[in-house]
Amino acid sequence: MKQVLSFEKPIIELKEKIKELKGMAEENNLTLDDEINTMEQRLKRLEQEIYDHLSIWDQIQIARHPERPTSLDYIEQLFTDFIELHGDRLYRDDPAIITGIAKYKEVPVTVVAQQRGKNTKENLHRNFASPHPEGYRKAIRQMKLAEKFNRPIICFIDTKGAHPGKGAEERGQGEAIARNLMEMAHLTVPIIAVVIGEGGSGGALGIGLADHVHMLENATYSVISPEGAASILWKDATKAEEAAKSLKITAKDLKALGIIDEIIPEVKGGAHRDFDMQVAYLDTYIEKSFNYLTTIDRLTLPDLRWEKYKKIGEITE
Amino acid sequence: MQFKSIFHKKKKYASIPTEKAKQEIPEGLVEKCGSCGKIYYEKEWTQQLKVCPNCGTHHRLTAYERIDALLDAESFIEWDQSMETTDPLKFPEYQEKLKKDQVKTGLKDAVVTGKGTINGYETAIVVMDPFFRMASMGAVVGEKIARALENAREEQLPMIIFTASGGARMQEGMISLMQMAKTSMAVDRFNRSGGCLVNVFTHPTTGGVTASFASIGDYHFAEPKALIGFAGRRIIEQTIREKLPDDFQTAEFQLEHGQVDKVVHRHELKALLTTVLDLHQPKGRDE
Repeated sequence: MKQVLSFEKPIIELKEKIKELKGMAEENNLTLDDEINTMEQRLKRLEQEIYDHLSIWDQIQIARHPERPTSLDYIEQLFTDFIELHGDRLYRDDPAIITGIAKYKEVPVTVVAQQRGKNTKENLHRNFASPHPEGYRKAIRQMKLAEKFNRPIICFIDTKGAHPGKGAEERGQGEAIARNLMEMAHLTVPIIAVVIGEGGSGGALGIGLADHVHMLENATYSVISPEGAASILWKDATKAEEAAKSLKITAKDLKALGIIDEIIPEVKGGAHRDFDMQVAYLDTYIEKSFNYLTTIDRLTLPDLRWEKYKKIGEITE
Repeated sequence: MQFKSIFHKKKKYASIPTEKAKQEIPEGLVEKCGSCGKIYYEKEWTQQLKVCPNCGTHHRLTAYERIDALLDAESFIEWDQSMETTDPLKFPEYQEKLKKDQVKTGLKDAVVTGKGTINGYETAIVVMDPFFRMASMGAVVGEKIARALENAREEQLPMIIFTASGGARMQEGMISLMQMAKTSMAVDRFNRSGGCLVNVFTHPTTGGVTASFASIGDYHFAEPKALIGFAGRRIIEQTIREKLPDDFQTAEFQLEHGQVDKVVHRHELKALLTTVLDLHQPKGRDE
């Protein structure tokens, strides 16, 4: 069964009514074209009304939608000759992060992505896209190879956060993320990062330090989950919507704050509603960044990256 | 009354100053170890650098107490003392919380940066203050640490960072998260210029600070029993649905798991840092 979000209910209901009416017309050989037309007009207006006025909570539900396209969906459509490469050469392969090489517009690239599952079984295998240290270590291993062979790096971010677990702590979750940030700082190849779903704190940033950072329109990127913030601040997880507003986690807010570069438009109602169209939107923005960044002298990239991040954080003196 | 409780009571009395001594000390001149309950004269407490002689607990120091204990007298030159946050998100109740901690600590934000000498050896120094918003990292903490690393790079000084933090500062949202990137990039620039970075983990060092500059020093020292970790104990216990051992995420645990080079008693820290600074003096290599 398809998952229905609460704000989508009126649309789904109207759609079902139209379907019913059409079926009735056909069955009884009636002409109900006028009625059907009126209802279809109403559906259009309703969709416009609802999708243009999504609350922040609606957006969060879209970003977490089980049918929302995952990194692998985009990778299959955007790249050719993708070869997935596994393992950190130290401990194990972390299925929460996918890495590999491929071609983008005929140019070899390295792809690094957090991967959600689409059902419970897949999610258990992927650990709900929450990486362990070995995931970050696999990612940086591939990024260093990218530098060696002068391949641009494209990262897809989609995680609730780095895994909070015993083994993760024992193997240095903090160190793994920190090392990635330090190594990514000086890579002499372009890095493009796109937040496609949820950008969960340090776990997202661990593969997200980039020359260009883009976000899908309904994606979120936050230092803490709205539920987590609400329970710490007000000891009340039900105030998550209020926390979400205060934390400024939407693409629009983060563009205004200078944290991200571009907002990639989404299909009305969310990326899951028209995947092909969404791929095209994504492609346009990645291509633009790709074409721009590949013209820059490789050796100046780390300095430009430093200038970009150095500016973030308003202070007074 | 049972014999056991009489004995217990007696033992408890033994650690409290005598009635006579009590009368001689005005209020506020004694300190009590929060761990074992033993009471000390303020003077002894300060001399011990807030390490309980009875149970060995290392109590938290303010940034200036740490600097006073470590640097040569009058040698400290502070950087960016007046830097303050603008409350960029206009986050609910944040201003009030900041004001309160500013009054409490006399600091504008949770870190003190600058340079000075330790037994004559010049060094840059960063000390995070756990009494200010749990030393969480927002724009000011990130910017001051990045600038201090840049200053040290330009002046070719070694850098000692005393880490302490509850993590990223929630009230500055994604700006706080980006300070992880900024500070790690500053460490990278410092590293590549050949600078020596010594991190001393103090209680507690967690979250976004553990996942950035704190974990990428050249040398990692830690105070005994200091809490060092990425995710919080409660969240991990909820996730894995089992109780964690008591020593989980302590300095000793991190030593055992390879994240820390050495656990050092606070009283031995100055001597250790002096030796480390001495071992990195350029003259040794030139001759």
